[in-house]
Amino acid sequence: MTAGSHRHLRIIAYVVGSLRRRWRKNVAVVLVYGFVIFTLASVVFLTQSLRREAVAALQGEPEIMVQQLRAGRHGLTSIGDVAALTRIVGVREALPRLWAYHTDPASGETLLLRADADSPPGDREVSAGAELLRRRGLAVGGVLRLQGQTGEPLDLTVSGVAETATPLESAALLRVSRAAFRALTGMPDGQATDLALRVRNRRELPTIAEKISQAMPSARPIIRDELVRTYASVFNWRSGVIIAALLVPILAFILFAWDKAAGLSPDERREIGILKAIGWETSDVILLKVYEAVAVSLAAFVLGTLLAVAALALPQPLTVLPALLGWSTLYPPFRPAVALGAYQVTTLFFLAVFPYLVATVIPAWRAATTDPDLVMRA
Amino acid sequence: MRVTRSTAFLGLVLFLAALGVLAGLDATRRSLGAEARFTANRALARWFIFTDPCLFTDARYTRHPSLADRHSPFQDYPLALEHFPSGSLIPPPEHLAAAPRGDAPPNPGSGRR
Amino acid sequence: MIELCDVTKVFNAGQPNEFTAVRGVSLTVNGQGCTALTGPSGSGKTTLLSLIGCMARPTSGRIVIEGDVISSLPERFLTEIRRRTFGFIFQQFNLIRGLSARENVMLPAYPTGAPLRHVRAEADRLLERLGLAAKAEVKVEWLSGGETQRVAIARALINNPTVIVADEPTAHLDTALSLDFMEIMRGLRGEGRTLIIASHDPLVYRSDVVNRVVGMRDGRVTEEEAGPR
Repeated sequence: MTAGSHRHLRIIAYVVGSLRRRWRKNVAVVLVYGFVIFTLASVVFLTQSLRREAVAALQGEPEIMVQQLRAGRHGLTSIGDVAALTRIVGVREALPRLWAYHTDPASGETLLLRADADSPPGDREVSAGAELLRRRGLAVGGVLRLQGQTGEPLDLTVSGVAETATPLESAALLRVSRAAFRALTGMPDGQATDLALRVRNRRELPTIAEKISQAMPSARPIIRDELVRTYASVFNWRSGVIIAALLVPILAFILFAWDKAAGLSPDERREIGILKAIGWETSDVILLKVYEAVAVSLAAFVLGTLLAVAALALPQPLTVLPALLGWSTLYPPFRPAVALGAYQVTTLFFLAVFPYLVATVIPAWRAATTDPDLVMRA
Repeated sequence: MRVTRSTAFLGLVLFLAALGVLAGLDATRRSLGAEARFTANRALARWFIFTDPCLFTDARYTRHPSLADRHSPFQDYPLALEHFPSGSLIPPPEHLAAAPRGDAPPNPGSGRR
Repeated sequence: MIELCDVTKVFNAGQPNEFTAVRGVSLTVNGQGCTALTGPSGSGKTTLLSLIGCMARPTSGRIVIEGDVISSLPERFLTEIRRRTFGFIFQQFNLIRGLSARENVMLPAYPTGAPLRHVRAEADRLLERLGLAAKAEVKVEWLSGGETQRVAIARALINNPTVIVADEPTAHLDTALSLDFMEIMRGLRGEGRTLIIASHDPLVYRSDVVNRVVGMRDGRVTEEEAGPR
């Protein structure tokens, strides 16, 4: 081992001893600072998870969806419109879709009903998402009670577990046959919820959307890629608002940590003077303080981040998830898949370590460059 | 009385207290006149059948929270996540919040409850 | 060999509490002797020791050590010279509380990059020589006055310096321990090291270990005499 690495090892050994000697102060800083990191990390991780969830859900949707508007509200589309749309150049196919929201009579939650190619054959059968079944304590063969259009209850037998792509689907999806769908929603024959369009060339999407508006003036084409951008911006905005709301307590905590870190106590200043007097150079003292600061802020970062990841596993109301979801809390509770972006973690790391390093090293540098004689007398 | 630091401080406190009293008197005067205005506004609201104060104009359901239903935020595509900024500023109103309805019978054959 | 040429040290220059600790001191210390600096408190002894030991820079004048003019050297070279050449024993001992005796002794050697076992062995050897082998692991705040001083002496010796500087070493010691201290100094002088001791204790400056006495008053050298030997 070289002399250089020995020097680092010795200084690290001294740092460990020094941290232990002032353990009360250091533990306090780690806890407080770690809490600040935890708060920020929770918001950042949950935002990232939700954004991934939204994008993942959108991948299963068609490139363009066409909805009919009636009196400014979402109305039903006539299946006859399919012909008009397939005539548009660039549209590969147009399919009518049957889906609707259903308010669960037992819990008031918003569930999704779908009737499509994957639906069970029987008129009184339903295949539901795994999370939904788990929350109701239902298994295959159990009976799910829903409310029909006319108000009287409709019992459906669980025939299987629906294949789901996202946690939200798993918690809210119900697949039923066409007949059951119409009984539950009262949708008349010849009508569909919306039309799903598949296009040949993604770059033609805006042109095709324009042609759709011309062919069906009262219809609203929804482009999937635009939705992805909308979600990115709304989640960015929401997480920013949450952090802004938490800013005052976060700043209070940061001030506390700063106060403990910056400005050496007379004891510490004297110690630096002694080290200089017995032969430590300024660079040795700075290295010492750097290691100290990195140790403390790294501990805070790890603590805060681990707690934030653990908190993601908590039930919904205990996290900031409701603030990020907005009205989506009307859905059954679901846990978005944990997404830890490298970008987010790195940003948090630098946010944690860098300010603390600066707050510790600068006063130390000033003490270390003063003549040790003065420092020891003071 | 000579103006020393203590007298200057007391003077400042008295001055601020006087300002406070004046502000309170002004507020009382305004609120006495307000009732007449409120009556006029109520009549106007009844005539136009206003439903809610217009706090947000971005989403239909936050513009009319009292008329909102459980499905309007999610119409874009199946299981859409609500995406208007005002949705996180104003929560779903009481009559919509997911709560068990006492009159609905439990799921038969589920073995629970 | 240490040479001071017309050295002056002023603290807080330009401010209301300006204070001249050392005025125009010219002094030459040749190697392998023991020089005692005497004088009442406030005479500038401690400041002069700091200047000699490269812990402070003179306001004016030159300090030459072994031919190198150190008073104008940048700080980083100063520290290296301090580490190599000088071993300091402070009046307040200035050991680091919370560390054991052995750890305190090893501290000056940490930045040199020497392997741990060498430094440790040397520290143990020094503690053994000063009769502190049994107390090597004890935290320094638990040691007695005499033991603390011997740890301070051991620390001053860890880098094998040529010059030992001691500031009022017997200030907190009784007669027996003071005599012990001078015996240790005798041994160090016998090894060929140069000693510079500031003290107003006659036990020190009248000791036969001292071969030269320099008196100071109000920051100036007032008298010089060759001591007993």
